[in-house]
Amino acid sequence: MTQERLYQEMAQAVIGGLPDRARTLAAEALAAGIEPLDAIEEGFKPGMDTVGEAFACGEAFIPDLMMSGEALKAAIAALEPELMARRQQRQVSGKVVIGTVQGDIHEIGKTLVATMLAANGFEVHDLGVDVSPATFLDAVRQFEPDVVGLSALLTTTLLNQEAVITTLKEAGLRDRVRVIVGGVPASPEWAAEIGADAYAENATDAVRVVKELITSK
Amino acid sequence: MLDVLNSGRVLVADGATGTMLQAEGLPVGLPGEAWVLERPDVIVKLHRAYLDAGSDLILTTTFGGTRPRLARARLDDRVPEINRRAAELAREAVQAGTYAGRDVGPFVGGDVGPTGEMMPPLGKLTYQGAVDLFAEQIGALAAGGVDCIWIETMSALEEARAAIDAARQVTDLPVFCTFSFDTHGRTSMGLSPSQAAAAVAELGAVGTGANCGHAPEEVLDFLPRVGEAAPGLYLVAKPNAGIPRMVGRQAVYDADPERLAALARQYVDLGAHIVGACCGSSPAHIAAIAAMVGE
Repeated sequence: MTQERLYQEMAQAVIGGLPDRARTLAAEALAAGIEPLDAIEEGFKPGMDTVGEAFACGEAFIPDLMMSGEALKAAIAALEPELMARRQQRQVSGKVVIGTVQGDIHEIGKTLVATMLAANGFEVHDLGVDVSPATFLDAVRQFEPDVVGLSALLTTTLLNQEAVITTLKEAGLRDRVRVIVGGVPASPEWAAEIGADAYAENATDAVRVVKELITSK
Repeated sequence: MLDVLNSGRVLVADGATGTMLQAEGLPVGLPGEAWVLERPDVIVKLHRAYLDAGSDLILTTTFGGTRPRLARARLDDRVPEINRRAAELAREAVQAGTYAGRDVGPFVGGDVGPTGEMMPPLGKLTYQGAVDLFAEQIGALAAGGVDCIWIETMSALEEARAAIDAARQVTDLPVFCTFSFDTHGRTSMGLSPSQAAAAVAELGAVGTGANCGHAPEEVLDFLPRVGEAAPGLYLVAKPNAGIPRMVGRQAVYDADPERLAALARQYVDLGAHIVGACCGSSPAHIAAIAAMVGE
C-alpha cells in the first residue's frame, strides 16, 4: 500500500470507529517505516476531524464520535511503544482539567469533549461526574492546567459552575487558568455572567475555543 | 384507557416533575424519587395540581426509578418499594373525590426513563441486564396499580427495546414508548423519528412519539413521520416548554403556556392522541393545553 493510501485507510478506520482495524494499520505503518508521529497526525487524526465536523452539523451522533475516539485511542496505544523508543511524543497542545460539576451525573457530553481534546493533542485530566469545587481546586493545584472545563446538563446544576469559579478565586488561582463552560442551558451570556472565559456549544466547538483560549493566554 | 383513546378522545398528560419538586424545596442533586418515601404529601400535591389543571393522565415520580439511577442516591436497595409506592401515590391522587366525576380517567402512567448506562460497544450494560433492570422497576409499578407503562426520553434503540421487552414480560398493561429527538432532529444516539417509531411498533407498544427534546415546534415535523412509520399506534407529543436559557441565576424556558397550547392544538390536528409537556412546564402550561384541547 502506498503511504498516501495507508493514510486514507487510517482515517477511514477512525471514521468507521474500528479499533481493531486501526491497530492493524498502525502495525502496517510501522512495518512500512512510517514515522509513528506522522501516522497519528497525517493518518488517524484527520479521520477524527472529519467525524468531529460531521458531529457538529448533525451528520454524526454520540455513538459515532465515541467509537471513533476508541479507534484513535487504539491506534495511538499501538504506536506508543515505538514513540517512546524514539523518545518522541505528540506535541502537547495544552493541559486541560475537565469534569461535570457537583450534583450532576451526566457524563456523555463531558466525555466527548475530553475525547476530542485528547485527539487534538491536549493532555486531558478527566475528573468524572458530580465533581465538587474542592476536587476541581485540588486538580488545578496538582496538574496546573491551562484550561478548566466545566460541564452541566441541568438548569439546576449549571449554578454549580459558578461555585467552582468562586472557589478558584478564593484560592487565588483564578488568574492562572482559563475557564470554559458547556451544557444545554449554558450560553456565551451565561459564561460572562458567572465570570467564565468562554462557552463551547459542542465537543468540536470546544477544541476550537480551548485552542483560542490558550493562544490568547 | 385504550377504550377512551379509541373513542377519539384526546388525553391531556401532565408536565414537569423534577423542576416542580425543586420549587418545593427538593435539593439539587437529590432525585425526586427520594421524596416518594420522604415527602409523599408533596408528591400527591403535585399530582393533584396537574389533575386540577386538567391532566387526564399523570405519570409516577419514577423517571429515574431503575436501579443504577437510584444507586446514585444510595437508594438502590429500595427499587421495588419506591416504584410501588410512587404508583400508589399517583393512584391516591387520582382517586381523590374531585376527579371522580370526570367522564374519563384520570389515568396513571408508570414512568420509566433511561438507566443512564450504555450497551456495548459504548458501555457495559448487556441487553439482558437492561431487561432485568427495567423488569424490576416495571413489575413494581404494575403492582402499585398503574394503568399503563410509560417509557420516555429514550435515545438508544436497544435500551428502548429492552424496556418494552421487560414491560411485556412482566405485565399485560399497555406500553407507550417515546423518544427525545433533541439532536438535529434525531435522538442523541442518532435515531430518526421514523426509525424509532417503526421499531417500537414492531415490539408491540401501543403508542409512541416525542417527548422532552429541543424546540417544541420541531415536534410538528416529527409527528407525521412517526405516524407514518407506526400506523395504528397512538401518537404522543409531550415537549419541553421551549429551550432553557439562564437569565441571571434563573433558568427560563422560553415557551409560555399560550405558545405550548397553540402548539398542542396543532399536534392534535396532526393526529396526536395524547398531548402534554415536559421539562420547564408547570400546571399553568397544562391548564392552557387542556383548555385548547377541550375546545
